[in-house]
This record gives sequence, structure tokens and C-alpha cells, in this order.
Amino acid sequence: MDIVELSRLQFAITALYHFLFVPLTLGLSVLLGIMETVYVMTGRPIWRDLVKFWGALFGINFAMGVATGITMEFQFGTNWAYYSQYVGDVFGAPLAIEGLMAFFLEATFVGLFFFGWNRLSKIGHLTVTWLLALGTNFSALWILIANGWMQFPVGARFNADTMRMEVTDFMAVMFNPVAQAKFVHTVSAGYVTGSVFVLAISAWYLLRGRHVALARRSMTVAASFGLASALSVVVLGDESGYTAGQNQKMKIAAIEAMWHTEPAPASFTAFGFPDVAGRKTDFEIKVPWVLGLIATRSVDKPVPGIDELVTMAKTRIRNGMIAYDALDRLRKDRANTQLRATLDAHVADLGYALLLKRFRPDVQNATDDEIARAAESTIPNVPVLFWSFRFMVAIGFWLVALFALSFYLSARRRLDTYRHYLWAALLSLPLPWLSSELGWIVAEYGRQPWAIEGVLPTFLAVSSTDAGNVMFSLAGFIVFYSLLLIVDVFLLAKYIRLGPDATLGRAPEEEAA
Amino acid sequence: MFDYATLRLIWWALLGILLIGFAAMDGFDLGTAALLPFVARTDGERRVAINTVGPVWEGNQVWFILGGGAIFAAWPPLYAAAFSGFYLAMFLVLLALIVRPVGFKFRGKVKDARWRSFWDWSLCIGGIVPSLVFGVAFGNLFLGVPFGFDPDLRFHSTITLLSLLNPFALLFGLVSLAMIVLHGASWLNYKASGAVADRARRAMPIAAAAYALAFAAAGIWVTRITGMRIISAADPGGPSNPTLKTVVAISGAWLQNLSAHPVLWLVPALAVIAAGLAVALRRRPLAAFLASAFVPVCTIATAGIALFPFLLTSSSEPNMSLTVWDASSSKLTLGIMLGAVVVFLPIIIAYTGFVYRVLRGRVGEDAIGSDPTAFY
Repeated sequence: MDIVELSRLQFAITALYHFLFVPLTLGLSVLLGIMETVYVMTGRPIWRDLVKFWGALFGINFAMGVATGITMEFQFGTNWAYYSQYVGDVFGAPLAIEGLMAFFLEATFVGLFFFGWNRLSKIGHLTVTWLLALGTNFSALWILIANGWMQFPVGARFNADTMRMEVTDFMAVMFNPVAQAKFVHTVSAGYVTGSVFVLAISAWYLLRGRHVALARRSMTVAASFGLASALSVVVLGDESGYTAGQNQKMKIAAIEAMWHTEPAPASFTAFGFPDVAGRKTDFEIKVPWVLGLIATRSVDKPVPGIDELVTMAKTRIRNGMIAYDALDRLRKDRANTQLRATLDAHVADLGYALLLKRFRPDVQNATDDEIARAAESTIPNVPVLFWSFRFMVAIGFWLVALFALSFYLSARRRLDTYRHYLWAALLSLPLPWLSSELGWIVAEYGRQPWAIEGVLPTFLAVSSTDAGNVMFSLAGFIVFYSLLLIVDVFLLAKYIRLGPDATLGRAPEEEAA
Repeated sequence: MFDYATLRLIWWALLGILLIGFAAMDGFDLGTAALLPFVARTDGERRVAINTVGPVWEGNQVWFILGGGAIFAAWPPLYAAAFSGFYLAMFLVLLALIVRPVGFKFRGKVKDARWRSFWDWSLCIGGIVPSLVFGVAFGNLFLGVPFGFDPDLRFHSTITLLSLLNPFALLFGLVSLAMIVLHGASWLNYKASGAVADRARRAMPIAAAAYALAFAAAGIWVTRITGMRIISAADPGGPSNPTLKTVVAISGAWLQNLSAHPVLWLVPALAVIAAGLAVALRRRPLAAFLASAFVPVCTIATAGIALFPFLLTSSSEPNMSLTVWDASSSKLTLGIMLGAVVVFLPIIIAYTGFVYRVLRGRVGEDAIGSDPTAFY
């Protein structure tokens, strides 16, 4: 494997690993806030027990999230040095603001959350818990502003003197519609994860007839919060689809395995088998009008297919070659205003010319064949996107149904009546994680071949370090992360099995009422 | 509001402030971790030491994360060059910093002597490695490392981990480690109780002496090596392109800023005085701790003053060295980020102060036993 593939693999593994812990942190922190609010309002000690017990599990998960998050921030520099140089002016700012606004908040108050029970008033501790939850959510906001810019690079332009993208309108970066849609979709998914975690473990307690008072109350909170969150994931996921439909047409086409332009009103392929070589999808089951509604919010606009988008990419590559040629001359003749004007006129397509760097350094001299191959390289991996998306959505709908049922049963006070329901809740435990990871695969693998959509190809973004170094760190991460995961799951399982009494340091059955 | 050159200068100072924040805040918990197996012997003692930093190390570590983020945002070429150039060193630091969170959290979760001893030593190594590596990195800033940029401003280098571990840089590593250990010992002297505090207090003179000797030796050695100087008319408000200037290597050039402004000699002098003061005041623990916090302030400031305006020097292509004037973000980004710092840093300092106030008082073995959920 070359340095590009090794770096991509390392980023994918560390990012997917990091996101095993993030959604649970997001969801549980808010659930802890809700539970503690109930405690402060009712004054009943069992609610404090709830907060402390779920808080202990939260703590184990939080440590892993912090530890693996450090890797994410430093990996841009270590493995994606050219990316950092090329877009750091834009991309670095949200990360730094995330540190200022979010990391300090959550990391400072997480200590008080655990150590402050006897040192703070009830209201004081409740405030700390909510500040912790606020910090984790702010953190998601800023990282998704950064990520949203990778999908839809607004508010920035290329500067020929510094050979990089620079901010022109920070408000546009902050209020990027893609970032906003992704933020609400992602935090809702985190809330769902937290709710499923609480729901499934409580269901297990009820199945075994243990800690019934605590488990029932936990399930009640998880059911209502989970239902609202699951609905919002689906609705706001649709918003993500719409914003992507505006900007990342190739991603939508690949998710749909839509080789040819879908005339208005575009229909949605619910099922089928994409055939990459034959450029067709076998055994398609199409739902009329739906794709048009998702991607264009209309019934009178077509949705472009992969073939047409490749043809459009060719035009943009040729345009970009003009920009690159002007840039190349400008480097030797910095004062030439005419070259600057030419560059400015075509700079929006400069990134497309960079796709040719895979074949030759002097991209302005590319052949027709190279242009065709570069245009072809803009197609992401269709079957992976097609299936990842469908499994993600199916899990989303299943969880909406599960929470709707949970909510109904909790309203009727029948949560512990049906063992089948409790089993279903328990077995759903891994699903939100699976669905979140699939979501990231759709979002990031679907962005390929771009690191920054239309601006910087991934293969150019890597560091010029030795492939042996990356091989070494990749192997190190795999070994180290696997060991940590084993310890983490072992500790979580231990505390879940011990239950709240042992966790809170009490003899069993002394549960506060 | 500010012109480009002023913004760059402000961000150079802020970079220093963030590094100092990291060394002074995370420094005492790194030092505590490095000292853990030595000043605390029984499980009870070790829990005392760990719980002195238990509620605060996480917030402290954010100074480091923020330092990285701020370099990314304000000095993107430096971020790209330093992190990819020092690849394996960064990887080592990462592993150490990953071990710390899980070590703190996981250690107390299982009652088994081997389990706890394993995490104690992990925490100790996790305290030593970053302290050492950051010092070594500073040493290499003075020596210069082999790197350059191609016309697309793609960074390339031939730095290897072994070449970074040269005697000169290792001496800097020793300065940094001794400074952090002194700070950790001062913290335990202030915050722990019983035998742990006593042993930490006895470690303070040793750490301070090691620091002062290593710092003086490093200072003398710096006069013997070649430094760098920009000789083309560098435009402090020019574009951030580190390939447009001319730099020459001159022996002893790293002392030029100090010779030009002799009052600046106070800074390194104060670093050593602060270390001595920490030892002298060790029977008044809070004052001693504040004195030892002043050591990293002056040590890092000394290095920054000597290197200015260089951020990362290239030994192979000196003209491509990164400086304050040609390795920053755009003016707009520097301005926005300055605004964010001005708004948020006072808030951060306020609530951090609040947390330390809530947690005031020494940590002892008797308190830890009473509530298992409230302590590590």
C-alpha cells in the first residue's frame, strides 16, 4: 500500500473508532442532565442514584472519547500536512474555537461532575452537569462546521501568493447550511445512542428482575427522549439529503446507484443490485417522485446521474487547466495582472485540474485520455454507498418504531410486562453505533475522491512522510486501540453486571426509594 | 483594527501564552504522574497523589489540545511542518496522552494489585514522555531540522526520530523534564497530605538543582551553535509564503535578540530565581507552587525571545525556515481568532478558577475511603 492508502486507512480506523464513544457521550450527558433535573425538582434520592450510576458508565466512555479525540486533532498535521497547509486558514479556526468554547467547558466540568457531589449544592451540581452537556454539544457543533466545510467549501477563495485557500467570509463558514444540517442530524443520532444504551441495559435488568425501580425510571426517560431524538434524526437526515442534493450531486447519484439522469419527478431506488462494470442497477424497485422530493424539494426538477456528472467534470477539468496554467506562470511573474485575471476567472475549477496530478505534474498539458480518466475518478464507490445508506436508514426507522413502542408502554406503565419487547430493546443495543458508523461512511467515503469537495483531491492532501512511518503508526494504533477497547468493554460490562448498588458502594437491596 | 504585522506579533505572543498555559497547568499533573511511583508507595498513598489531580487534569490537558488547534488555525505551515516532520515523536506523545485519560479513569475500577501497578507505571511513563519530547523538540528548533517546500508549498523533510534525539536536544529534554517534575513536586507538596507531601517536598531541591544546571548548560551550549538571521528585507505584512526570503546561518545568532535588548536577560535569570524560590519557600506550599509555575513561564519565554522571529528553522534549506512574518494565517483569520480568544479565554480562566476554589484543601487518605464514586 502506498502512503495515500495507508493514511486514509489510518484516518478511517481512528475516526470510526473515535465515533464509538462520541455519540454515547453526547446522548448520555443530556440524559444525565434530564435525570438530575428530575432529582432536583422532586428531591427523591433514587434519581440521584440514577445520575450516579449512569454517570459512572458515562465516565468510562468519556475517557475513551477524550483519549481518541486527541489523535483526530493531531492527525491532520501528522498525516495530512498538505491538507493542513492548503486549507488550515479556513479549517483550523473552527477546531481552535472548539477548543476554546467546548473542550475547556466539558473537560473542566467533568471533573466537578464526579468529584463535586459533596462540595456543591444541589443546584450547583445540576448546573455543572448541564454545562458538561453543553460543552459536548458545542464540541459537536464546531467539529461539524469544520466537516461541513469539507463537504461544501463556502466563504473562502484561493490565494495565489500563499498557494492556499483563505477565508473571505467567516459567517458563511459558520452558517454553512451543510454544517447546520449535519450538526442537528449528528447530535440527534448521539441522543438516540444514549437513549438506546439506557433502554437496552434497563431492559436487561427488567428481564432479570433486578434493580426494577431504577430500570423502570431509566426506561421512561430514555423512551421519551429517544422517541423525540429518533424522529429528529430521520427528519433532519432528510435535510442533510437536501443540502447534499444542492452541492454534492455525485454523492447523491452514487448513494442512489443512479447511472443516468433521473427525469423529473425523480424516483427513488429503494432496492437493487448496483453493477459497477455494466453501469446499471439490477432488480431495481423504484418509488416514484421520492428522490425528487428529497434532493430538490420539487417534482419538476431532474436529478443528474453519474454519467452526466462525469461529462460535467470533464468540462470543469478543462476549465481548471486554464487556471492551473495561469497559476504556474504567475509563480514566475508575480506582478502580471493579466495572469491573475485569468486565474480568477477559472479558479473555481482549479481543484478539478488537480485531479490530473495523479497522472502528471504539469497538468496544463494533460491529454484527452488523462482528462477522461480524471473525470472518471470523481465517481465514489457506488455499491458501498448504496448499501451503507440503506442499512443506516433501515436502522433509523427500526429505532423510531422501537421508541414509539417504548413510549406507548411507558405511558401505559407496562414497560416490564412483555418479555419480547424487552428482548427487542436489549438486542437493539449495537444498532445505533452501527448506523452512526455507516452514516460516516456515506458522508466521507462518499466525498471521495475529494478531501475538500471540488477543491483538493485526497491523494494530494497527504504528508510527504515515509510510508514506513505511517505503517508503523497504523500498526501501533490497531494494537493499542484494540487493547483499549477490550479493557473498556470489560469495565463497562463489569459495572453493568454489578449494577447500581455495588457501583455506588452500597450493600445490595439498599436501593433508595 | 490591527495591521497584519501586529496581528502576527500578537499571535506569536499568544502561541507562547498557550504553550506556557500548557506547561504551567498540565505541567503539574504531568509532573505528579511522573513522580507517582516514587513519592507514593502504598495503594492508599498512590490514590492520594492521583486524586490531587483527579478532578483537574482533564481540563489542564485542554491547554495542549488548544495549543495544537491554535497552531493549526494561526500558523498552518508550522502545523503542517512540525507535526508531519516530527511524525514518530508526535506519535509517541499521542500514545502517552492517550494512556493518561484511560489510566486515571481505569486504575481504580479493579481491585487488583497488578492491575493498579500497571496503570501507575503507565501514568508515570505518560508523564515523562511528553515532558521529555517537548523539550527535545525545542532543542531541535535551535539546531534546525532538514526540511523545505516545493513550489506548490508542499512540505518535505528528511527528519528521522533518531536524528532528533541528539545530545543537544536531549539536554533541552532534561531541562523540560526537570522543570515539570519540580512543578509536580510543588503541587503534591501543596495539595497532598502525609507521606506523599513529605516525599514530594524532599524531591523539590533535587529537581530544582537538576533544572538549574541543565538550563545553564543549555544556555552555554546555545552560544556555541549556529543560529539564523533573515538578511533580505522581510516584509512583516507580506504574504504567508515561506519561500521568498533569504536567511543565513551565523554562529551565536540566537543571542542577538538578548544582546540587542540586555533587559531581556532578566527573563532567563528569573527562570532560575523562580526555581530557587520554589525550594526556599517549600514550607509555604502555595507560594512555592506559584513560584514553580513561574519557571515554565520564563523558560519558554527565554526560548521564544532567543528564536524570534523564527518558528521552525531549516538546516538544509535555511531560506525556507518558518518565521512569524511568513508562516501565519491570513489577516482575517488571525483577527477572527484573536476575537475568539479575547472573548473565551477570560471565561475559561474564570470557571477554571471557580473549580479550583470548589476543590480547595488537601487530599488525604481518610476522605478517599468514604465515597467510592467521588474519587479515582
